[in-house]
Amino acid sequence: MDYLWVLLPPLLQGAGVTLQVFFITLVLSLPLGLALALLRLSRSASVSGLVNGYIWLMRGTPLMLQMLFIYFALPFVPYVGIRLPSFPAAIVAFSLNYAAYFAEIFRGGIQSIDRGQYEAAKALGFSYAQTMRRIVLPQVVKRVLAPVSNETITLVKDTSLIYVLAMNDLLRAARGIVQRDFTTMPFIVAAVFYLLMTLMLTVGFQWLEKKYSVYDE
Amino acid sequence: MTNKQMISVRDLHKRFGTLAVLKGVSFEVALGDVIAIIGPSGSGKSTLLRCLNRLETIQRGHIEIAGEVLATTGADGVCRYAVDAEARRICRRMGMVFQQFNLFPHRTVLQNIIEAPMTVQGLSRAAIMPKAEELLRKVGLFEKRDSYPALLSGGQKQRVAIARALAMAPDIMLFDEPTSALDPELTGEVLRTIRQLADEHVTMLVVTHEMSFARDVSTRALFMDDGEIVEAGAPAEMFSHPKHSRTQAFLEHIL
Repeated sequence: MDYLWVLLPPLLQGAGVTLQVFFITLVLSLPLGLALALLRLSRSASVSGLVNGYIWLMRGTPLMLQMLFIYFALPFVPYVGIRLPSFPAAIVAFSLNYAAYFAEIFRGGIQSIDRGQYEAAKALGFSYAQTMRRIVLPQVVKRVLAPVSNETITLVKDTSLIYVLAMNDLLRAARGIVQRDFTTMPFIVAAVFYLLMTLMLTVGFQWLEKKYSVYDE
Repeated sequence: MTNKQMISVRDLHKRFGTLAVLKGVSFEVALGDVIAIIGPSGSGKSTLLRCLNRLETIQRGHIEIAGEVLATTGADGVCRYAVDAEARRICRRMGMVFQQFNLFPHRTVLQNIIEAPMTVQGLSRAAIMPKAEELLRKVGLFEKRDSYPALLSGGQKQRVAIARALAMAPDIMLFDEPTSALDPELTGEVLRTIRQLADEHVTMLVVTHEMSFARDVSTRALFMDDGEIVEAGAPAEMFSHPKHSRTQAFLEHIL
């Protein structure tokens, strides 16, 4: 039991890093994903095609590769070459990657809204922006809650990939202690931490689903 | 002013791909007119209505709403619309009621009615509330104001849709088969509401398959077939003595 108290401080510190990557990625990738979804639905074939290519690139290559590329290779790319410290590099990679997944979820949600909703709004004098903001997107939120919840829970666990940039997230902190003390106890504590985080998300999303269930479609 | 032109349509052409749906339609609507548009399915009735408020764009012709040009075709044969903000303002003079209601499911009855005045006209909630409540009473749904549309019957939904359109204070109401999606026992309540508006001399165009309604309520009937207005006139006259053989055939078939 005393050993647990020895374990907790470094693991909590690791959990802090994990949570930071998680929250910053979420805050950046959700709006970026929405913007990509709207561009993907653009009438301009070149805009839509460009976004489609982006989504293919981000979903088609490993997140770890993208992270390594941004950290190690980006500084040597002509003209855009910038050298990012490990934490911002991880955030950029995670946000760009998750935005691509969210974009596809939002696109599906937007396309599932009945044409009649757009027509009713147009007949009432709504502009396109007003139609999206007041009529379409509020309904999309309800429809995408389940897939967004899924993706968000995946993100919690994907954060463990940042160890490749030598950052001390929860899992890397646990592994460090396992290798030092020859005990698997830190793994179990780390697992409990991950479970608690996903439990909170699950409860949060269930609350949202309940909130949105006041109306049927 | 009694003969004020509310709608003027000349030589309107509309195609979907290679399919010509409207083949040179012309008609005028004066203030207070109640126009029933009848005809077989696929004759272009609904499309005609949807062209008036830009739900469909036309390829050729001239549309004027209350003296303002929405779309016109120059000598070069190119059809030009008013710029978007202008066109939206012109089309706001018309309210539309759809066959499938198209209520906003995430908004309550009251919110459905005040949404457009608040978002489009920028009115405050307090400014629109008296009118919204009056409209709710008018369509007999004041008690349902806090219900979501999913909990309403079809007839109730359509009455909310009518109130929602009226909340924008349109000069013209467009009804696109307002009772076609309703169970027969629910059409009466919706037709009564529309009849009430007709009695108040609201200018309206009603695409309908309810022949008795068209005969009793409209001031003028248009019979459309195959993308053209075949016959137009006083409903009593048209229903009892149709002039054109296609009108005769249609009325015989349906009555």
